[in-house]
Amino acid sequence: MTAPAEFGAHEASARAEFVAGVKAELPLLLGVVPFGLIFGVLGLAAGLPAWAVIAMSSVVFGGSSQVVFAQLWGAQVPPAVITATVGVVNLRHALYSASVAQYLRDLPLRWRVLLAYLLTDEAYAAAIPRFAQGPATPARHWFLFGTGFTLWASWQVSTVVGVLMGAAIPAAWSLDFSIALTFIALLLPGIRRRSELVAALVAGAVALAAQGLPHKLWIIAAAVAGIAAGAASRRLDKAVHHEQ
Amino acid sequence: MNSELGLNLTLLACGLLTFLTRFSFIAGGRRLALGPRLQALLRYVPPAVLAALIAPEVFMRDAALDLSPGNPRLIAAAVAAVVALRTRSVTLTIGVGLVTLWVAQGLLGGAL
Repeated sequence: MTAPAEFGAHEASARAEFVAGVKAELPLLLGVVPFGLIFGVLGLAAGLPAWAVIAMSSVVFGGSSQVVFAQLWGAQVPPAVITATVGVVNLRHALYSASVAQYLRDLPLRWRVLLAYLLTDEAYAAAIPRFAQGPATPARHWFLFGTGFTLWASWQVSTVVGVLMGAAIPAAWSLDFSIALTFIALLLPGIRRRSELVAALVAGAVALAAQGLPHKLWIIAAAVAGIAAGAASRRLDKAVHHEQ
Repeated sequence: MNSELGLNLTLLACGLLTFLTRFSFIAGGRRLALGPRLQALLRYVPPAVLAALIAPEVFMRDAALDLSPGNPRLIAAAVAAVVALRTRSVTLTIGVGLVTLWVAQGLLGGAL
């Protein structure tokens, strides 16, 4: 009779982990929901059909890359360049993948596929303290599922609402600027080393200087230049903390 | 190629590529580990990509560089930067940044 009891205990702790994950994600939704709304509006404004805007939120499921996709599509950029640019914009998720892999390695494949799909900036940020500091219990992956699922559901709903509101938001409100503001909020507190500051400054400068490149290749050019500059300036990182 | 079929294929390609990026190290189970060189390179991806996406939104106006203090988006970004560094709050950064932009646009003649 011990087996059912253990099974019940596992289910209870899975539910507790899931709920804790949902709760950990809720504060982050304050930034995510407006972003999703704006993506819905911007996607239509860029000339994408409504179904594509909505489908993108589940197929790609990466806010900044979706905005870039919409902008490039609207500018008639060839699909190969759009795909490459989206790949570069989402490359940072490989960092999250490497970071959580150690906590997920004993899970069955279907769990690893599901959690990889849900692995976004906000889901990762909310779940990593649980993995890094919490107890190594067998049900702890449910916490990441809780943060990821909460984010996923809010992203889908806010995209649809954005599409429905569409043209109801006047351009004079400049809501599109909230996307740049989101990036500012993600970028600046994350810069902790001089070399990271160099990467950001070089990428920003190249992005401005390379605007004339065809197919909006300035995004890839700026990212590659910034990464190279950051790596090349690693020796600046001696006595450092909290550069701005 | 920018047709409905092209759009479908591009969406699928982007979705697959993004998934594979997220799955990369999780897929390997115990086998794949992040080499120190690759790890060092990947560290610079977020600052480089984010700065690349921010710069034209802030410093360009009507497809031309505008570094003057009369550029409302530059003013709003500067204020937002201070808020981001002080509070680390995405919500506050967006809120204060947008309000600053509206005020600056109003004061500077309502440029869109």
